[in-house]
Amino acid sequence: MRRKLTGLLAGLALSLAAGTSALAQELTIFWAEWDPANYLQELVNEYEAKTGVKVTVETTPWSDFQTKTFTEFNAKGDAYDMVVGDSQWLGAASTGGHYVDLTEFFNKHNLSQVMAPATVKYYAEYPGNSGKYWAIPLEGDAVGWSYRKDWFEDPKEMEAFKAKYGYDLAVPKDWKALRDIAEFFHRPDEKRYGIAIYTDNSYDALVMGVENAIFSYGGELGNYETYEVDGYINSDKSVAALEAYKELYKFTPPGWAKTFFVENNQAITESLAAMSMNYFAFFPALVNEASNPHAKNTGFFANPPGPGGEQFAALGGQGISIVSYSKNQEESMKFLEWFIQEDTQKRWAELGGYTCHAKVLESPEFQNATPYNKAFYETMFKVKDFWAVPEYAELLQQMNQRVYPYVTGDQGSAKEVLDALAADWKATFAKYGRGQ
Amino acid sequence: MSTAVMTRLDSRSRAAQRGMSDLTIRNLFIIPTILFLIVFNIFPLIYSLGYSFTDFRASTNAPANFVGLQNYRELLADPFVWSNFSITAKYVIVSVTGQVLVGFGTAMLLNRDIPFKGFITTLLLLPMMLSMAVVGLFWKLLYDPSFGIINYALGLGTFEWLSNPDMALYAVALTDIWMWSPFVMLLSLAGLSAVPKHLYEAAAIDRAGPLYTFFRITLPLVAPILLIAIIFRTMEAFKTFDIAYILTSQPTTEMISIRLYKMAFQEWQTGRSCALAYIVLIMVIAITNIYVKYLNKVKER
Repeated sequence: MRRKLTGLLAGLALSLAAGTSALAQELTIFWAEWDPANYLQELVNEYEAKTGVKVTVETTPWSDFQTKTFTEFNAKGDAYDMVVGDSQWLGAASTGGHYVDLTEFFNKHNLSQVMAPATVKYYAEYPGNSGKYWAIPLEGDAVGWSYRKDWFEDPKEMEAFKAKYGYDLAVPKDWKALRDIAEFFHRPDEKRYGIAIYTDNSYDALVMGVENAIFSYGGELGNYETYEVDGYINSDKSVAALEAYKELYKFTPPGWAKTFFVENNQAITESLAAMSMNYFAFFPALVNEASNPHAKNTGFFANPPGPGGEQFAALGGQGISIVSYSKNQEESMKFLEWFIQEDTQKRWAELGGYTCHAKVLESPEFQNATPYNKAFYETMFKVKDFWAVPEYAELLQQMNQRVYPYVTGDQGSAKEVLDALAADWKATFAKYGRGQ
Repeated sequence: MSTAVMTRLDSRSRAAQRGMSDLTIRNLFIIPTILFLIVFNIFPLIYSLGYSFTDFRASTNAPANFVGLQNYRELLADPFVWSNFSITAKYVIVSVTGQVLVGFGTAMLLNRDIPFKGFITTLLLLPMMLSMAVVGLFWKLLYDPSFGIINYALGLGTFEWLSNPDMALYAVALTDIWMWSPFVMLLSLAGLSAVPKHLYEAAAIDRAGPLYTFFRITLPLVAPILLIAIIFRTMEAFKTFDIAYILTSQPTTEMISIRLYKMAFQEWQTGRSCALAYIVLIMVIAITNIYVKYLNKVKER
């Protein structure tokens, strides 16, 4: 009996050992389930053709991307060699020891110059201005807007709009115009509504939506170096911005209280709303006639400026990092070396990926490739992001808890909500000994 | 457990030929189960109790520091957690009451000679056999204000079932009632069919009214089994996660298990979420105990 067991164990060990050595020629990248992940799979197939190393892009739905990744990290699992992680994970993943330090790689290839500055700042570096890098900017992304060109250009509508608001109906030049146009097209009797915004509070959708308003109104979430929040997140500008966002909620289609990218693209494809907020990464589906019957009549614009003329947008997008528990770190480095080459980045952009490579971004080929690439290029120089500290998830949850009932349920005032949020955040930062 | 009640091994069986005694066979069956229970239930239970007194976060490499009762103190002082508890209580009451009324009512209707009784009962049991996540996704479509069939059928226009904060919890409870009433119905039906017919005959001879018969004969005799159904449903409703999480994200539907999930797996506050899980565990045990006491009383009668 015992001999049999020993033999069995030996066999098992042997097959495991053989398994790992065979795996060295295979790399697994983990990302969320969306179109860019499919484009990335196409790109890495070319890497396989060239080097023989098989790269697989594994995906999971957005809603449990964060949970699944960190469960794997916490278990120190080596299922994934690389992860295309969200920008706000940098703090948690780097201080937790889950990401391999890529500072040397970054400096060797001079990536802080090669990649667009905002992408380096938000997708790669942690802590801010430390010169320590944990990821290679992979998919640039920010929030933009799509709109129904045919509704906007209808002469009757244009005339009625001018008569009502005293200026021409066109792509909104600021947040006030955004509100006016939303109000103008909001016609529940005709089953036509003004605007689609993010409201889902289960992860970062609602917060990203509100950030668009806060940043363009000149508000800030806080001071990212001193962790002060009082007087930033509850400043007059931030309060006015939150009020403006809540105002937009009035002009959304019915039942618009748990919406993210899927619903907001549907708002355009199903002819529900005149304008819709969404990440640039989801716009390819809107110019494709197979997925959007109104593809020819869909236009795009960057997040408009606030009353002070400041113009910013909430950052999306991700960088690619090597998981420190991976057994194929060297092979992964080789892959990244291939990935950052200009030719690869060009190909990445051609396939539909949003490259962060500065030269490719600036090239006229890229900017004219789609109706939204130019808006994307402009936006990527005007982006701001949420906190990237390890406890960002708590901060996110607190913001959802405070802001959601106000935006969708009419509870409290913007000032009360943001004062309470400032107190929550202050307490959380104090708990982790930040800014003391 | 005594070995005396066990039947002896057939001496011609393979097990007997191998020379395994009854005791060995019993151990072969029981020890793996006990080991499994210890490894996957008892050990994590005790381990997490330890964590509940620390500031441990599974997402970092920082060591866990002992913080005493701080987690418990802060959780019990957190107004959001209290609101999660009161939402859960409201949900449990609405959902379980609804299930008992609908389930017991259907059982009463079915407890007579009607054609296709078996077929109808099977059909009524279908909701219970679906996956919670699937039910959630289906009902999300049914409730949709723009194209949902419920508003269309009831002529409610664009009534917002799920995005109306006051309505959302009832909408979730309604889905739960739809799904789990069949369970109560099934148990009630078993109870009802066990009521001796001669009691009804005696009542009829004494010219007892239908209400009198129901409250004096039917209900007392079905009560123990109905209470068991209520215990099961209360425990389940208390832990409700899937349906509510999928249907809506209103703060008014954030039940304690959803809060717990977010705390444990989105914020990675492992220590604190262990403490919250223990608070929930103690509450469920307490509530179940009250029911069990009452159940014993009912049985004694």
